[in-house]
Amino acid sequence: MTDTRYDRAPGDSPSRRAIEESPGSEPLVYTIGLVLALVLTATSFWVANTAVLWPPGVALGLVVLAIAQMGVHLVFFLHITSGPDNTNNVLALAFGVLIVALVIGGSLVIMADMNANMMPMDGTMNMQLQR
Amino acid sequence: MNVAVSVYDTHSQALAPASLAGPAPKRIVVGFGFWIFLLSDIVMFSALFAAYAVLVNGTAGGPGGARLFNQGTVAVETVCLLVSSYTCGLMSLAIYSHRRLGTYVGALVTFALGAAFLALELREFADMIARGATPQSSAFLSAFFTLVGCHGLHVTIGLVWLAAMMAQVAIMGFRPAVERRLLCFSLYWHALDIIWVGLFTVVYLMGVAA
Repeated sequence: MTDTRYDRAPGDSPSRRAIEESPGSEPLVYTIGLVLALVLTATSFWVANTAVLWPPGVALGLVVLAIAQMGVHLVFFLHITSGPDNTNNVLALAFGVLIVALVIGGSLVIMADMNANMMPMDGTMNMQLQR
Repeated sequence: MNVAVSVYDTHSQALAPASLAGPAPKRIVVGFGFWIFLLSDIVMFSALFAAYAVLVNGTAGGPGGARLFNQGTVAVETVCLLVSSYTCGLMSLAIYSHRRLGTYVGALVTFALGAAFLALELREFADMIARGATPQSSAFLSAFFTLVGCHGLHVTIGLVWLAAMMAQVAIMGFRPAVERRLLCFSLYWHALDIIWVGLFTVVYLMGVAA
């Protein structure tokens, strides 16, 4: 009886059976993930506060760092892999990412467009331009 | 093991088609179902993120993020949640090998760090409200309290869940149903940390940088 015939439950470590027999090496995966996440977090805080970087690029840099850190969490904490036993988990995740991108990206594009087309007013209705 | 599966195994070492393998074990079905729930929860958060991003400049003459947010608090909150995610992972390793002491210690540290995160967040909210930055005062603050408060509510539910799970481990031991619930809990806790990554980036760091 092998496990490989079935998908792996999301969050389950690839070697869960092996760990049940001999615990030992697996904490290393979590530790690598923790170190990478801490480095990325520290970089994010540095990017937000430094004056060295080109200011308009800071927001984009923060988004890239956040997506990288989410990837670290998925790989090292949730054990999402590209293996065949993970296909269903990855496909569900891909669908979730698609919807998230549509909701956030779509809202921002539509609202920016509507603000650009607003009649000039005293500003009380114009949420994007109001300061 | 049924006959079809045994016959298939003699022909190949590769993955058998799902149609021949029979129903997946309950742990996999439950984990996958909970994964779908978490993704739908993340979609709900994405709507709150979108609302926040649209309303972030609608301060109605009140204070904006750069004047309200304290980066030191946010950094400590982030480290608390990240390390609690790590100890939650170590706890799930202890659960695999049915080590009770490891499970309790992992759960205790996870709970303490989660509670510290929540205490810091509530103190931040109380501080903002004391300075007049209430949820009613502007669209920006409504969106802020909804988004961050919804995440805080999830953390609170996670803490109650973790305490309940430790009671189940103490009373029922590591039976399969309890292990499945613990798997769902660790998925939930890791997902909350992923949401927090987006949250501290979009709300706090971008708010301060802008």
